[in-house]
This record gives sequence, structure tokens and C-alpha cells, in this order.
Amino acid sequence: MSDTSEDRISIRTRLPVFLRRADPAVLTAFGCILLLLFLSSLYSSNFLSLNYLLQQLKVASFLGVVAAGVMVVILLGHIDLSIPWVMTTGAMMACAAAGFGAIGPVIAIPFGILCGTAFGLLNGFGVAYLRIPSMIVTLASNVVAQGLMVVYTGGFSPQDSAPPAVRWLATGFVIPGLPNAILVWVAISAIMVFLFTRTSFGRAVYGIGNSERAAYLSGVDTRRIVMIAFAISGALSAFGGVLLAGYSSKAAQAMGDAYLLPAIAAVVLGGTSILGGRGSYLGTVAGVILITLLQSILSVMQMPEAGRQIVYGVVIIVMLLLYGRTPPNR
Amino acid sequence: MSEWRYWLNEQRGTLMGLAIFLLMFAVYIANHPAGLTANVAQTAANKGVLFAFVAMAQALVVITAGIDLSVGMIFILTNCLASWIVVGEPLPTALGLVAVLAAGMACGAINGLLVIYGRLQPIVATIATGAVYFGLALLLRPFPGGSVNEDVADALTGRLFGVIPSSLVALAAAVVLVWLPFRRSRLGRAAYAAGSSEQAAFMSGVPIRRGKFAAYTLAGLLAAMGGLFLTFFTYTGEAAYASGSGYTLWSIAAVVLGGVSLYGGRGSAVGAIFGAFAARTTGDMLFVFDVDPLWQPLLQGVVLMIAVSIGSLALLRVRNRLDWFQ
Amino acid sequence: MTTAEIEAKPPLFRMEGVSKRYGGVRALENAKLDVEAGHIHAILGENGAGKSTLIKIMAGVVAADEGRMLLDGRDISFRSPAAASAAGIACVFQELSLIPDLSVADNIAIADPPRRFGLIDRRAQRAIAEEALARAGAEDIHPRAAVKDLPLSRRQMVEIAKALASKPRILILDEATSALTAGDVAKVFAVLKRLRSEGLALLYISHRMHEIAELADTCTVFRNGRNVASFRAGTRSNSEVVEMMIGREYSNVFPPKPPRAAITKPPRLECRNLGWGDRLRDISLSVAEGEVVGLGGLDGQGQRDLLLALFGVLPGTTGSVLIDGAPMTIASPAAARASRSAMALIPEDRKTEGLMLPMTVRENLSFAALDHVSRGGIIDRTAEEQLIDEMVRLLAIKTAGLDIPVGALSGGNQQKVVIAKWLMRKPRIVLLNDPTRGIDVGTKQEMYQLLRRLADAGAAILFYSTDYDELIGCCDRVLVLYDGRIVRELEGRDITEHALIASALNVEGGREGAAT
Repeated sequence: MSDTSEDRISIRTRLPVFLRRADPAVLTAFGCILLLLFLSSLYSSNFLSLNYLLQQLKVASFLGVVAAGVMVVILLGHIDLSIPWVMTTGAMMACAAAGFGAIGPVIAIPFGILCGTAFGLLNGFGVAYLRIPSMIVTLASNVVAQGLMVVYTGGFSPQDSAPPAVRWLATGFVIPGLPNAILVWVAISAIMVFLFTRTSFGRAVYGIGNSERAAYLSGVDTRRIVMIAFAISGALSAFGGVLLAGYSSKAAQAMGDAYLLPAIAAVVLGGTSILGGRGSYLGTVAGVILITLLQSILSVMQMPEAGRQIVYGVVIIVMLLLYGRTPPNR
Repeated sequence: MSEWRYWLNEQRGTLMGLAIFLLMFAVYIANHPAGLTANVAQTAANKGVLFAFVAMAQALVVITAGIDLSVGMIFILTNCLASWIVVGEPLPTALGLVAVLAAGMACGAINGLLVIYGRLQPIVATIATGAVYFGLALLLRPFPGGSVNEDVADALTGRLFGVIPSSLVALAAAVVLVWLPFRRSRLGRAAYAAGSSEQAAFMSGVPIRRGKFAAYTLAGLLAAMGGLFLTFFTYTGEAAYASGSGYTLWSIAAVVLGGVSLYGGRGSAVGAIFGAFAARTTGDMLFVFDVDPLWQPLLQGVVLMIAVSIGSLALLRVRNRLDWFQ
Repeated sequence: MTTAEIEAKPPLFRMEGVSKRYGGVRALENAKLDVEAGHIHAILGENGAGKSTLIKIMAGVVAADEGRMLLDGRDISFRSPAAASAAGIACVFQELSLIPDLSVADNIAIADPPRRFGLIDRRAQRAIAEEALARAGAEDIHPRAAVKDLPLSRRQMVEIAKALASKPRILILDEATSALTAGDVAKVFAVLKRLRSEGLALLYISHRMHEIAELADTCTVFRNGRNVASFRAGTRSNSEVVEMMIGREYSNVFPPKPPRAAITKPPRLECRNLGWGDRLRDISLSVAEGEVVGLGGLDGQGQRDLLLALFGVLPGTTGSVLIDGAPMTIASPAAARASRSAMALIPEDRKTEGLMLPMTVRENLSFAALDHVSRGGIIDRTAEEQLIDEMVRLLAIKTAGLDIPVGALSGGNQQKVVIAKWLMRKPRIVLLNDPTRGIDVGTKQEMYQLLRRLADAGAAILFYSTDYDELIGCCDRVLVLYDGRIVRELEGRDITEHALIASALNVEGGREGAAT
């Protein structure tokens, strides 16, 4: 046992730095993606076509943007259950702002994100300053966001469709062949990696996730960090909602409901500990792709909803059993 | 400190839950056009009991410092199952009841196995099993339908001696037959110990695994009881995703209102019942104050937000900032 | 049966050739140990010498890789702590094994609560708890009190009562007195001696030499996972024992103090009439540049609170704090570490307050000084690296690399990391909260040298220790606290064990010298 782990260490020292520091979980997640592609290619070779893969990456980018925010919060050892309606709020408010005179189309996207940030700050305030468990505070603000949107739309689907700028961001092309949504995801990923590895904010997030007491006694303003982290999560959720609205060309009630669990599952399948303090962003990317691919393959195979839910759940459990286990007690 | 002060200290969370509920219920009754009649009590009880079962289930798991995000889906799955098998003559109906409860326990047991022996984090493990349970429910009832033995249903949702809502009696029976023995057993103590400090519990030779397993399994049982009652009220089974996830999320709110610590080791399922009734009364309150239904979700959210913020008043008493981090 | 056979009668417990590895680290190598009934057997050794592993194997917390254990001459192995407990081995752990949310009685009876009809019989349980508390000499603890509401020293007493309640044949005490007040230590010693006369075998692990001298019948010294020597207590001198423990010459534990006259600088840290509820009353003190000021007194008389109050952790303090003569309001550790005060606090519990155990040595070292090595929130890796290298060299931190989790280091090296992470900020005021607790002798010595070097470099040092020898050896001045007040100030040659104990008990004040 110890021999193999020593071997593994010696192999790892020969790897390039970014691979050496990579969590085995991340590598396994990427391995699972390849396995999934291989298995699905046995069903139909279409699964390996560039078109299909790009389409999947585009769909994955909405989840990817949301999961990036969720990851910051999970690294702190908290959780954000307000994703669904903050996403919806972001989308609806962006669409609403677009109709606001000449300046509307310009402020649409920032305004949507701003609304998400506001909810993030509300969550962060509750968690950091009022010390309410994050599960509860975000649950409550999810209900509040839902309530606001229900009042805003009068209980019907809103008439406003997504403004052109939003559609362009989600479905247009700056680089021919490469959907903008993917570029957005890449850009956000680059920022997140920088944030986690090169800034004192990133270190503080990991530190708080491991021991908030120790971080506080080290002179870190832990409350501010927690608040910012939730604001990031809220902003990225809303942004994800805006992109999704652009993709489906309108904002709709409950459009975010299908994103909460996949976002959390993606972060965790990527090797981030749900208890906080451990995980790498690359893993989250892998988790997002994994989940998107799984959902897509199941729906292409025309599996009925019931079967899809069951397979989806079982696959997550199996993968977690493969590498998401906490170490034994002794 | 004298004995009763210690008792008070032990029961603080539960009493807090009771106080919140009584306060809200008093406001509700005071503004209800009919006042506190047997009818009003029966309706309130029936609505609350569903929720109370699910909240009790959640409380059992939360006490072990876990969380069960599949509890609403077990509730839905057992509802769908009951709409198939709790029918017909007394004997098949009775067998059907037993089978539904057993199915709930099996779901809970699977959660327990994954968390304890699979060593998965409860949040993610139960997210995944929740998807599976919902899938099964959908398999059973792709469309709403089915039926239930209406005699049993009416008996359990009616009134006893014309006054006491029989659903409340059933709830009380669940407390006496499931919760109290569990709490007083060695396994129950193990569940509390594991939730409070797993390391210390392990060092003390506490049967952590069996205690947690019992908690998860009994949670499945209680959720199934909730599922049965849902069938008794609606006479049908329906695999409604929104309803399942709603019950899951509100069950977390209920345990917190009922004084169960999400960090484990503290609180009781009785507190969770009060929490559930309090949360349930919020919805009713909007009805008596004649609020536009459009505003209902928002007001519910705001009330929930205020309720959970009240807990943070304790912060004002914190004398050492390090206590923030416990 | 011949006398030779009686002589060869196996001891109550024997351990032979036991080894244990954690990953690539050998924690225990071919260890052997004989434990006799009716004896107190002291286990000595530096941190990382293998004592903790030895105990954990005996108590069933971890399993040995090889070797065997015999109880009454019969082979045994434990799958769990419960199995060890059933075999009659009880352990009072250094890290408390009490469950915070349960009551004292629940905790004492936790392993095998009395039951009636399958349910726990609370009345019987309470009787058991009361008896066990009485046996441990802790009748003042109410069986219904929640453990989390008790102070550390009371919890330790509950822990001892809990071990006794299982009616053990072998009782292991791992640093069991480290959190106790002087009064409790005396009680515990009396209890231990009585248990010895009742025929129990006791294994006693402690870093305090005078405790071992008072209690032990036999001593075994461990070093680097092997047992170096076993001998009858009293047959070796203290310095011989320490040499066996550290494997080198033992000399000059404490660095020389500069003459008192040398410290004439103005006070760097001063506080006037500092108060905090009923825990700190009217504290006025000053620490000059280059001075090491000790905080003495019984445990829990407000020393920790005083350090936390100065560091901005306690809300609602009254009075004033002056840095370099200027009044300052410090409302958080972030404010305390800022350049105007440049304070550092070495906290009490390195595992939860000092370090993030799963994070790397590198990340832990630079955690408190990130603002020094970053611009606009972006970390300058070269600057970070430089500072870290400097600290690792300065404190001689022994680590297999900077990218391994800090939790993998030995206790002494972990504590060095805690100190290093603050020294990176070049603090001008250093507050230390019992920094040598649970640290091996070798590292302790290095700490004492370091403290003096820091002072010589111009830092003002406020140092709380539960160990009187340290206060005598390290401090220029000692302030003795009693019930939240400074009752005595000792200086230079007046710092003696007698003076410290007398003022700690507040004998001069004419008050009852009771512990908390």
C-alpha cells in the first residue's frame, strides 16, 4: 500500500507542474468523460462529431458559469441553494431592462448581473454577519427571489423576449464555428483560475474552508471574504441565467430549477469537497462537461424522463463511490 | 443551577420552536373569521401533519450532522406507491400499508448505506438518490392517478370523538412509537453523539454506524408515513417534482425553526414538528389576511427570512468573537 | 510450581515487536512494553517519539501493522475502541473524547449505558455518573450539565471519570493533566495512587518531569518510535532522562536574560484599566521593547482572555490600549496585525486556531502575511517564496517539502509553522498563549531561544504559560493573575517557584486559594 503510494509520488514528480498538483479526482473525472464518449460512440458515431461536441460545450457553458460561482461558495464550506431563482431573476431583469428606452440594450446584461449580485450580497450578509447557516439563508432568499419574480410577472410568463445583445452573447459567433457562450465560459474560467491560485482572496477562501477560526485569528477579514464569495456566486448565477435566456431567446418562470442540483453535482464530481477547503477549478470544468454529456446522451437515446432520472442518479452515485469518498476513520 | 434549569437548557430549541408556532397560530386564529373550531383545527392539522412527518424525517438525519435532500422524493415515491397498493379489502390494504412503509425504510436505508459505508457526503449522495427515487415515482405514475382505500383515508384524516383531528393522533403515535424509543435507545444516543463529534464518539466506542443507519432508515419510514397521508388526503398518486423538492427544502427550514442544529447533535424531532406547523401556518396566515395569492410566495419568503434571522439575535450576546465559528 | 515459574508469570499486559507506519513514516518500530498490575508506569518521549501511536494501538483506535499484544498471557487484538474497553483498557485521551452536546452523565455512561426494556435507564445512568465523578474527585460537576458548557479543566475531569466508569484494569492517561488547575492535579494524583493500591495498572504519559517523579514506579523512554530504556523510577536523574529522550546532551534550557537595567525603553504595549465582563478586571500593564513579560497564575484566571482582548477578539472590553504611547482601538485581529500595532498572537490550539491542517506548509506559512507579499490582492510568488525560505531556515522547520499538508508534520514543527507564519510579518508585539503545550523538549528549547532573540531584536513579548519553569526561565517580569485581576508583579530574581505559586493561590490577598 505504502509502496504504491510512494511510486505514485515519484511518478507525479515527473509530471508537469499543473498535472502534478492536479487532484486524482480531476484526472478520474476527465477519464470518465472519455469513457462516456467512447461508450456513446458505440451507440452512434455522431457523438464524436465536432458539431455535436461543440454543441455540448455550448450547453455546458451555461452550467459552467453557474458552477464556477457555486464552487467559490462550496470551497468556503457553504452552499448556495438560491441558484434557481437568482438565475431566473437575472434573466428576467436583463430582459426587462432591455426594454428601458435607448439605453436599455446597453445596460441589460449588467443590470441582470447586478440583480444577482444583490441577492448574493443578501446571502453573504446573512451567512457572514448574521451567522445563519448558508443552507437556510440561501433557501429563504430563493423563496424571496421567486416571490419577487411571481409578483413582477403577475404569475404569467413574461412577454419580454431576450434582447439581441443577450442572444448574440449566447449563440453568436466572434470566432467562426466557436459559439460565443463557450468563449464566455473560457474567459470566466481563466478569471476563476487566476482568482483561486494567484490572489490573496483565493487563498483566504481555501483557508476559511479549512478553518474559519484559524483564518480569522490570522487577521483575515473572514466576513468580508464570505460576503464577496456569495456575491460572486449570485453574480455568476444571474449571468448564467442571462446566457440561458439568450439561448432560449426568452426568460421563463422556473428556468433555473433544473440547474441547482447539476451545478452542485458538477462541482463535487470534479473533486471539490462539499465540506470546503479542497478542490481545483479544473475539476469543476470536468464535472460540468461530464454532467452535460450524460444528460445529452440520455436524451439522444430517447430515454423516457423516469429512466433518465434513475440513470442520472445512479451514475452520480457510482462516480462518487469511485472517487468522491471521504477517507476512513482509521 | 437547579434541575429544571438543566432541563430548560436541554429543551431550549424545542421550546423555541413551540413558542414560534404558538405565536403564529395565535395570530392566525385571532384573525380567522370562524375562530378555533374543530373544523379549522382539523384543516390546519391535516395540512401541517404531512409537512410534520417530512420535517421529523429530516430532523432524524440532521441530528447525525447529515442532511437528506431526498426526503421529499421518498415522500412522493411512497405516495405514488400507495396509490397502487393501499386499496381493496382490509387485508390487502393492511399489507399495502406495510409495504409502503417498508419501501420508505428501504429508501432511507439506501441513503444510510451510501453515507455510512459508501462514505459519501450526505448532501450529494441524497441529491443523487433523490433523482433515482423521483425516477421510480415517475415510473409508477407517469400521470397523476390511482386510488386509495377511502375508508382508511377518511378515518385517518377525519376527527376522533368529533373534536380531535385523527391525523394529529397519528402524528402523536409516530412520536411515541418511533421517535421517543429511538431517542432513548443506545442507537439514538449514538446518532446524537456522531452528530455532535464523530471523532469523540468513535474514541468512546459508540456504535456510530449503526446509530446513523438507524437514523437514516427511520427517516425513510417517517417520510413514507407522510407519503401515506398525502395519499389519504388526495386519494391519488402524483409524481410532482416541484412538490417533492418543495417539501425537501421546507423540511430544512422546519427543522431549523424547530431548534435542530444543522451542525448536528442538538435538537429533537418534536421541535421539528413545531417548526413544520409554524412554517405551515405562514401560508394559512396569508389566507386569513386576504393577501393576493400573487404575493404569497414573496411574503412566505420574507417571513422565512425574518424567522431565521431571529436566531441571529443570539449573536448580540456573543462575548467572544471566536464563538462565531462554532 | 517453582519460584522460577512464578517469577516468569506473564505481566498483566505485554506488547512485543509492535510496528506501525503512516504512509512512509515509521511511527512505531518493534516496540515492546510490559505493564504490571498495581504499578504506575510512566511513558516518556518527545513528540513524535511514538507514544501517542502506542497508546492508540493499545486503546484500539488504530491497528498495528505487525507485532502482538498479550493480556494475561493471551493474545489479543482490538478492532475498535469498544473492544479495548471491553477487555478492560480505558484511555484518557489528550484530545478530549467527550461529546460536547451530550450531558456529563450521558458521556460517562456512553460506552455501555444501563438499559431497561432496551431503553436507556436515566436514573441508573445518573447513579453511575455520580459515583464515577466522586471517584475522580469531581463531585462539583453536575451530571446533567452539557459538556460544551464546562471549562476545559472540568471537561478533563469528566474524561477521567468516564474512564473510571468503565471499571478498567489498565488505565492510560495521555497528558491528562495538561489542562488541569493545580488543585485538580493534586486530586487526580490522589485518585491515581488509590487506584494503584486497588491493583490497577496505570500508564502515565506526561511532559512534566516533577509529576513523573511524584507518581511513577517504572519509566519507559521512547525515541523515534523505539523504546530506548526502561528503568525503575528514581534511578536516573532528570537530566539523564532528558538526554535519553532527546538523544543528545541536555544543557542550558533557557537562554541567559539580559540585565534588568538594559530594559529602559518606553513601553511599546500598554493597557490601562482593561476590563471585560467579570473575567477581566481593571488590568493595567505595560510591556517595553525588548522585554519578555510573563502571565502567571492558575489556569483560567483570565490570562487567555487578556491576550484575546488585546488582539481584538473580545467585544465589549472597557479601558484603553496604547501602542507606543498612542491610544488605539483594536476591534479585530485584522486591525491588531496592521502596521501601526503590528501584533501577532500565537493561539492556544494550533490545530484549530493556528493552522489549516489540510493545507500545505507553504500556504500556511504565508497565510497571515499575504498582504506583505501581494500587490492589489495579487500574490507575488517570488516574494512569497523568499520569505518562506527565510522562515524555514530561521526556525529550522523540519518538513519533507513545502507542498505537503501541514498536518503531516510533527507537533513541534507544526507549532514552529504557527510562529513562523507570524514572524513573517515582523511583528513588534508578540502575544503567546501557552505556546509550548504538548511540545517536545528539544523544540521547547528552540522556542525559548527564539523568544529571547525576538526580544533582543526589539519586540515586546507577552507570554502566558501554564509551566512555572518557563516563566522563571524566560521572563523578565511576571504578572500573576487571579480571578481576572493582576494580583502580583514579580521581577528579576523575585520570580521563584514559591513566589509564583503563593501569588497564584492569592495567599497574600487573604482569600481562599480555590481553583476555578
